[in-house]
Amino acid sequence: MSFTTSLRGAGANPSRRARMPPALRAYQYNLLAYKRTWRGSLTTTFLYPVLYLAAIGVGLGHLIDHGSNQAVGGVPYLWFLAPGLLAGTAMQIGANESTYPVMAGIKWLKTYFAMLATPLEVTDVLYGHLLWILTRVALASGVFLAVMTAFHTVPSLWAVAAFPAAVLTGAAFAAPVMAFSATRETDQSFVVLYRFGIVPLFLFSGTFFPIVQLPGWLQVVARCTPLYQGVSLCRGLVLGHPGGWDALGHSGYLLVMLLGGILAARATYRGRLVQ
Amino acid sequence: MSGSELDAETGAAVQARGLTKRFGEFTAVDGVDFDIQAGEAFGFLGPNGAGKTSTMRMIACLSPISGGSLQVLGLDPMRDGPRIRSRIGLVPQEDTLDLELTVRDNLYLYGRYFGLPKKQLRERVDQLLEFARLTERADERVDPLSGGMRRRLTIARALVSSPDLVILDEPTTGLDPQARHLLWDRLYRLKREGVTLVITTHYMDEAEQLCDRLVVMDAGRIAAAGSPRELIEQWSTREVVELRFEPEGHQAHGDRLADLAERVEVLPDRLLLYTDEGDATLDAVRSRGKSPIAALVRRSTLEDVFLHLTGRSLVE
Repeated sequence: MSFTTSLRGAGANPSRRARMPPALRAYQYNLLAYKRTWRGSLTTTFLYPVLYLAAIGVGLGHLIDHGSNQAVGGVPYLWFLAPGLLAGTAMQIGANESTYPVMAGIKWLKTYFAMLATPLEVTDVLYGHLLWILTRVALASGVFLAVMTAFHTVPSLWAVAAFPAAVLTGAAFAAPVMAFSATRETDQSFVVLYRFGIVPLFLFSGTFFPIVQLPGWLQVVARCTPLYQGVSLCRGLVLGHPGGWDALGHSGYLLVMLLGGILAARATYRGRLVQ
Repeated sequence: MSGSELDAETGAAVQARGLTKRFGEFTAVDGVDFDIQAGEAFGFLGPNGAGKTSTMRMIACLSPISGGSLQVLGLDPMRDGPRIRSRIGLVPQEDTLDLELTVRDNLYLYGRYFGLPKKQLRERVDQLLEFARLTERADERVDPLSGGMRRRLTIARALVSSPDLVILDEPTTGLDPQARHLLWDRLYRLKREGVTLVITTHYMDEAEQLCDRLVVMDAGRIAAAGSPRELIEQWSTREVVELRFEPEGHQAHGDRLADLAERVEVLPDRLLLYTDEGDATLDAVRSRGKSPIAALVRRSTLEDVFLHLTGRSLVE
């Protein structure tokens, strides 16, 4: 058998091709790529939660708890802080994975274009990547919750529901940031996004201290920010008072952000990838 | 490929009529007509910016057409993009390999995009590694590979789904001669196998070597079409005499020798005399007492066709 005969002979019979949904085929790329490069993300996923909880929660918390812990709702500071950090970490991973990796798909490695030369369509590429980002958020959130449990900061079984809440928080940031990243020519804008978006949100959304400590008008602003919704949701669940309508409001806010982000990303991805 | 999947009237793998691509005000492809028959190697030849890549991207269903009509494998790219792409292998101008993954993983994942079953795909990947002479490097990352190796990997990758139509956009640009010949050999094998090849290039020798038929594109239009032989017969003479004088005298020498050839081209560095009997023409030049610094008689090439049609060289 000549080489070329075998080359053609082994050709796929379309009728027997596995019918995996196209978006999952795109997802599979990220999964395999991650298997090869997961070591690089160990610090952000596993080490940071331990360091944060140890340094700020235990160290700083010890000082705070020696004063009055009424400001943080009468619970140890570490209990107050941990669910805030959980939501904040979900946001950071969601946003982070939606900036540079999207730029890599479009410009640096052009993996998006490799996919588009196959039967995959723009929405498959988008959904596959978004699903992967949610996997990363879920991994990090799961690890974070496990570390929290090890630090004895999970007083309620409601905390189980904090897992999907954290993933939703990450997703709510991932989709609009993906939409934004697909419009960028350089990675300069990501630095700006971090400096003026992600970092201030992380610091002033009730993550480290209750927002009632802020001046009146700033409290209103903080209450409207997206991370505040995630922090409140996760904290309520972890501490065992999920808070009915409030929780629904927070979840609704995050869901709208996710869906709006997906619609925007569909448009910006198409605009960027189909010319 | 069965006949029913081809264009019903012409049996063409690709058929374009008045095909147009506009980017805002700029018209990249300006109403071109062509038919690519199943099993042939068809070339798009032209300088950078001629509209070759835009045409390729429309055929590969990556870029929506702005006007005219296009049929690929008997289907409409605007409606059946995924179905057409499942039967096309694309070798883009720029490699889109994942440099951090291994050679094998790059092939494997690409096959998965097509939905190929894992077991069958693993066998296929081994065959393609052989084909691309990359078996030894299979489990190394792509990053340190040479340009020629990456190009071979990209071509192997395009074959993973056993496509009926393979589109190669400047497959050998930037490669050294040895790497180019190895690639050409691989493309011959595919052609012999009955795969339809669509190739863009701005290299004459590549077009002459690989293409059964080709079109010469310039500024978004087709300037001429035919087999390499036909194009040369139609637009050039059998032979060409190249003469080099002192550079500043070329125009004057050209005027004085005009009657010795069918046509004379004055280039910045040399004179080209188009004639069917090169040696006789050169003798005639010498008998007029002209002694060029250098003289060469050669056969006409596609470069001469292009020069005649557009007044410009292909590679500028």
